Amino acid sequence: MKKVLMGNHAISIGATLSRVQVIAAYPITPQTQVVEKLSEIVANGELDAEFIKVESEHSAMAASIGAAAAGARAFTATSAQGLLLMHEVLHWASRARLPIVMANINRALAPGWTIWTDQNDSLSQRDTGWIQLYASDNQEVLDSLIIAYKVAEQLSLPVMVILDAFVLSHTYEPVEVPEQSEVDKFLPPFNPEWKLDVNNPHAFGGLTAPNIYMEFQYNHHNAMLKAKELINKEGEAFGKIFGRTYGNIDKYKTDDADYILLTSGTLARTSNIVVDSYREKGIKLGNLRVRTFRPFPTEEIYDALKKAKKVFVVDRNLSYGHSGIFFEETKASLYNSDLDIPIFGFVTGLGGRDVTPELITEIVEHGIKSEKPENDVIWMGVQK
Amino acid sequence: MDGGAKMSEKKRRLKLSIPEQEVMRPGNLACQGCGASLAMRYALKALGNNVILDLPACCWSVIDGPFPYSSVGVPLLHMAFETAASTASGIRAALKVLGKEDTKVVAWAGDGGTFDIGFQALSGAAERNEDIIYVCYDNEAYMNTGIQRSAATPYGAWTTTTPVKHFKKLPKKNIVEILAAHRIPYIANLNVAYPEDFIKKFQKAMSIKGMKFLHIFSPCPPGWKMKPDDTIKVARLAVQTRTFPLYEVEDGLKYTLNVKVNKPKPVIEYLRLQGRFKHLTEEQVSTIQKNVDEEWALLMKKIDKE
Amino acid sequence: MFKPGKKINFNSAKDLPPTPASVGDMTHNFTGSWRNLRPIIDYEKCIDCMICWKFCPEPAIFIEKERPKIDYYFCKGCGICVTECPVKCIAFEEEGK
Repeated sequence: MKKVLMGNHAISIGATLSRVQVIAAYPITPQTQVVEKLSEIVANGELDAEFIKVESEHSAMAASIGAAAAGARAFTATSAQGLLLMHEVLHWASRARLPIVMANINRALAPGWTIWTDQNDSLSQRDTGWIQLYASDNQEVLDSLIIAYKVAEQLSLPVMVILDAFVLSHTYEPVEVPEQSEVDKFLPPFNPEWKLDVNNPHAFGGLTAPNIYMEFQYNHHNAMLKAKELINKEGEAFGKIFGRTYGNIDKYKTDDADYILLTSGTLARTSNIVVDSYREKGIKLGNLRVRTFRPFPTEEIYDALKKAKKVFVVDRNLSYGHSGIFFEETKASLYNSDLDIPIFGFVTGLGGRDVTPELITEIVEHGIKSEKPENDVIWMGVQK
Repeated sequence: MDGGAKMSEKKRRLKLSIPEQEVMRPGNLACQGCGASLAMRYALKALGNNVILDLPACCWSVIDGPFPYSSVGVPLLHMAFETAASTASGIRAALKVLGKEDTKVVAWAGDGGTFDIGFQALSGAAERNEDIIYVCYDNEAYMNTGIQRSAATPYGAWTTTTPVKHFKKLPKKNIVEILAAHRIPYIANLNVAYPEDFIKKFQKAMSIKGMKFLHIFSPCPPGWKMKPDDTIKVARLAVQTRTFPLYEVEDGLKYTLNVKVNKPKPVIEYLRLQGRFKHLTEEQVSTIQKNVDEEWALLMKKIDKE
Repeated sequence: MFKPGKKINFNSAKDLPPTPASVGDMTHNFTGSWRNLRPIIDYEKCIDCMICWKFCPEPAIFIEKERPKIDYYFCKGCGICVTECPVKCIAFEEEGK
């Protein structure tokens, strides 16, 4: 059934359809509607779940870990400062190999206080061992929540579904809401092999000596690598039932493109408009939207970029002292390949600065006109 | 060994004052004479096997044994330092949804993870009246990291961060009063030298729904600089000098004294067995005696006179 | 009485659970080797009150035929039983004498 939903409610409904069993969350702008809607849904008896009104985000993730370890499907949502507060236990969740799914609304970090969007909060968690999926419209948000559980539970890995603050979280878009019975066919109940069970007791997470610790990391990494294939596989399986397919990347007119933008989140949709306007002028521009950031889909990105002349990465984030993060990771992943083309790294839109088609056009112009990038960070829109 | 004559005299049935069955198995990594090891032994006797434990960073994170071993014999989740109460809340919620509400959820934390770094989560869980048993085995310092002071360290104690020249001049945080203010159903002080009272309090906690807080006095031979064979003696003296009164609080308002101490021993008898108090002057010991007397008087005002 | 268990060795990533999970107890651990002093019960004087069994932290004292018996595989030699015995029938002697 088609509904008009804000991004946050798309999350709530995605979680409801996924039949989550334990929700532990702490409010933070711009996530509040996620938990408010879920509160309502649970109170109305539409979802058989326990809602723990924890007293902080750190406790939200700790409670989610406890719940998942005990064998329940756990869900939480947060943003910015809340995500940062969870940092310690984000690592715990992934090393404990618990399939928790969390929605993170990309909000810029303080100081200065801000509620508007950029990607530094989630990207600064890139080493926590979580799968990271960046959504660009509300339909994808809802669908990704469901697919996230399917992937998470097969690999015993936690997943973050990420969307832009306000531009997506508070923006109403038409969303096809799947039927519960159809979702049930796609997503079976959570039934873990290893859990806290009085009939089969184990102690989880005990002291692990240097002689065997690394083997656990080896297994964790391999599970992440398997995720690359599984995200595509489940995205296709989802497509067969619901008509919408998802993968690690989303190519828009890149197959014959001379110049390719590499983007994520909502500014990818803006970039598609710019692609079309260049195509009208006879310039072969394309846009590669990266949806899965962790695990980094190296092979698919290489494949999409290999015939281009130049790549323009647009980062709505920055790793101080180095460069934009999608740029950094793309460049690094292609270094050992035979691809030898200029890759430009543009940084813009921080703190919610609007990324308009004009700005993207400026980026493309800069890229086309320059032989190679003058810097690792080409600032766009900064009042120097 | 069995002197035959003696056996025929004693044709009585052995009557034990605490459950006989051992749930915890020996071979753990606790120090000799560890109060925390004895506390877990008693706790599991009361709890049985239908229990899930969650453990933040504390001595028991090591005592239980490294991967791939565990000495407790019940499901146990090792967790981050601050999270004893929040993790337990999550486990309880899961068990509720999964229809396994008869399984007990026990957060088992040291004083560090309870009084200090885990305090927020504890207060949050107490305010929500989570259906868990929160156990704090209190050895009065961060023992697992090598004897640094905590908010549970009493006045006068040496620790590595309150050395003799700068010993702790601040009083022990009154965790029982703080939780009483949260009005949770059941709070009790327990002591390893009083095992019958200990087991009874666990059994009482198991029969109540809502948040239960059990505060266990748990001597630490290396941390308190005492002989390991004095563990029970020191624990008993803590009660007999009125330093650690054994009482319970129901619903945050009804106070019951479980072990009367009408003729208290002077506090010096308790202090002199522990090297951590060796540096104290007579005047400082008097201060401690005065504080113990004042706290006892305050407590007596609250005890329900029936 | 707890029989000493076996050591469990993992030497391949393939055999591991996804996260460290225990698959045995600590009874392989010979904590009896920690002792400097050994408690010895004089059964002539022993009144079978079981106070030694009650206060043993390990537990390394078990009840056999209604008599307390020290399990020297696990006894760490803390001496609590020696101190608490009401009839002082437990000697505390140097280990290995």
